[in-house]
Amino acid sequence: MNFLDLSGMSPGGTSNRSKSPIAYDSKIEGNIVITRLDAAINWMRKNSLWPMPMGLACCAIELMAASAARYDIARFGAEVMRFSPRQSDVMIVAGTVTYKMALAVKRIYDQMPEPKWVIAMGACASSGGMYRSYAVLQGIDHLLPVDVYISGCPPRPEALLDGLIKLQEKIMKEKSFLTQRRAL
Amino acid sequence: MNPLIQDLKDALLAMPGIQLESTEFRGETTFFISKEVLIPICLYARDRMAFDMLLDVATVDLLGEEPRFQVVYELYSLKHGVHLRIKTRVEENESVPSLVNVWPAADWQEREAYDMMGIKFDGHPNLTRILMWEGYPYHPMRKDFPLQGRSSEVNEVAFTEEAPLGGGPFVTIPTQNTTEIREPRARPIETIPESI
Repeated sequence: MNFLDLSGMSPGGTSNRSKSPIAYDSKIEGNIVITRLDAAINWMRKNSLWPMPMGLACCAIELMAASAARYDIARFGAEVMRFSPRQSDVMIVAGTVTYKMALAVKRIYDQMPEPKWVIAMGACASSGGMYRSYAVLQGIDHLLPVDVYISGCPPRPEALLDGLIKLQEKIMKEKSFLTQRRAL
Repeated sequence: MNPLIQDLKDALLAMPGIQLESTEFRGETTFFISKEVLIPICLYARDRMAFDMLLDVATVDLLGEEPRFQVVYELYSLKHGVHLRIKTRVEENESVPSLVNVWPAADWQEREAYDMMGIKFDGHPNLTRILMWEGYPYHPMRKDFPLQGRSSEVNEVAFTEEAPLGGGPFVTIPTQNTTEIREPRARPIETIPESI
């Protein structure tokens, strides 16, 4: 983008300042977009959702397949799997959450900076799945606020991408500037 | 009975103070012994008969019987390719001698038996839970532990809640029906060609 026409300026940058055309420039005209702040923020957020891959069971294999070449989660801006919670936006809980792991998942979620979202991928993360058991948490929504549930055992990569698009649609509806929650 | 196991049985019966019964089922031999002679018998089997591998330690909860628990040891001889199963019984408030000093493989197996069934092993160097966390108050593989679990909480470590069962669908119902009725897709055995 060419914001200012600096062709009138000399290399020294001082001699012809009075001629410098800081004024309306037709070249800028096509590069300005007028929008609402909410829409701009949401648009940036939804297209750079960096996942925290909470791979706990076989759903994680499908999560890996979703980021590989054939399904290519990079098309939706979510290809940057961050293995540090400090750098991630959306936690994808992929797999069976045992009680032994549950508070560790919660702790990692607490370490993620706001704004943050959660995708419960698969039957186990959504509801405990087939494990009606003393050892398995009956859905990660007992501990975390889940935004999108994905059915399947395990879900196909297309289902994960569909859930990601649903989350993007949800993010676009947020009043991000007004209701920005601060991490406590 | 395998000649090696027959030799072992004869040698053990010749030793003073050892009571031993054995059964044979489909080529698998099982010794029933009391837990007091477990270590001498295992040492003899390891050193004289080359049973150099402890494959597994399993436990059975025979709720309502005395003694309540059964501990099952699966031995294998790499040299001879022979399996041997040793079973012993233990009461709920008693303990079994640990086999860690005989086969180091017994370490984690006995920890699992302690974790899941609550059987204590005398002489184990580190008898702590291996699957559940320290502080979990139950032994979930016991017969009187409900399928849906029980609630518990160890602050900042872990918690459990009862799982909703709703009468099924993962609970099997005992039935007298034949395989054809229970599983209509199963082929009758006479239609399966012999070449399979």
